[in-house]
Amino acid sequence: MNKEWPLWEIFVRSENGLAHKHVGSLHAADAEMAVQNARDLYTRRNEGVSIWVVKSSDVVATDPSQAEALFEPSEDKAYRHATFYKVPEGVKHL
Amino acid sequence: MCHPEVRAERASKGEFLLRLGDSPLVLAQRSSAWVAHAPIMEEDVALANVALDLFGQAKLWLDYAGEIEGAGRDADALAFARNADAYRNVLLVEQPNGNFADTIVRGYFYDAWAHAHLGALAHSSDERVAAIAAKARKEVTYHLRRSEDWLIRLGDGTELSHERVQRAVDELWRYTGELFLGDEIDAAMVEQGIGVDPAILRELWLERVSPALRTATLVQPSDGWMQRGGKQGRHSEALSYMLAEMQVLPRSYPGATW
Repeated sequence: MNKEWPLWEIFVRSENGLAHKHVGSLHAADAEMAVQNARDLYTRRNEGVSIWVVKSSDVVATDPSQAEALFEPSEDKAYRHATFYKVPEGVKHL
Repeated sequence: MCHPEVRAERASKGEFLLRLGDSPLVLAQRSSAWVAHAPIMEEDVALANVALDLFGQAKLWLDYAGEIEGAGRDADALAFARNADAYRNVLLVEQPNGNFADTIVRGYFYDAWAHAHLGALAHSSDERVAAIAAKARKEVTYHLRRSEDWLIRLGDGTELSHERVQRAVDELWRYTGELFLGDEIDAAMVEQGIGVDPAILRELWLERVSPALRTATLVQPSDGWMQRGGKQGRHSEALSYMLAEMQVLPRSYPGATW
């Protein structure tokens, strides 16, 4: 039997309206314990209003060896950034 | 000088506040001794968090106790310059840490009691008592959830964890009677609308503890001989050793600061 507790990835939302952000990982026997441990490890200095926990083994990640193919093509495509538009005068909340 | 009756009222209230402050203080000191010794790092931080909450609660109660006493003592003076016989904590919380199951059960019995007690005190006629109780109860609600969760995990866990947690329940049960035992201080506080009769907390406590023990597949001990006296200052030897360690620095170097 594997005696190591599974690893969990922890996401904390720092305030309402913002997205949950990955803050780290921890060990716990199950999801309930992971939430409690996350509360004690990652929100003890008033960092959050909501916590998500996800089993690390459930996270599907990109393959680092594929990084060139996946990410480099976007490096030289400045036209995809909305930096070429002139902002008309008087437009607020942009 | 105060009228003797007023003085007596203040003395009762001072005692009442010391009792409220000393139990979380002693439990906090006990729990914090787990730091760097807990079974896993996550638990280490969690126990320290609980201890810090309890230290904070103790400070609020003891500062108030010092003000009522009117002798210029603040929470630090009360925490670090009193001997064991001047401590008014319940005996339950001074019991040694033992193994992890002993610590969890001690915390659980306390949390379930504090949760009920603070809930009642939140309606105290004394606004400051009500405010401290309301704040502390939020913290204890989480402590209770955590310790209950552990109680059930350990009870309904492996053969070894079940055996250890059952032994802890059996050994600590004798310290739970005192939690519901009132005396003349309690009666005076009830009369003034400040405190609650400890006896009424018993049912609330059992409503929480009995089902949890069942879920944890643990046997609830029968109520045999119950230890008492902590609230009146009669403590086990264990408290003196704990206080010696807790107080050594401020007693050796009075007034020392960081």
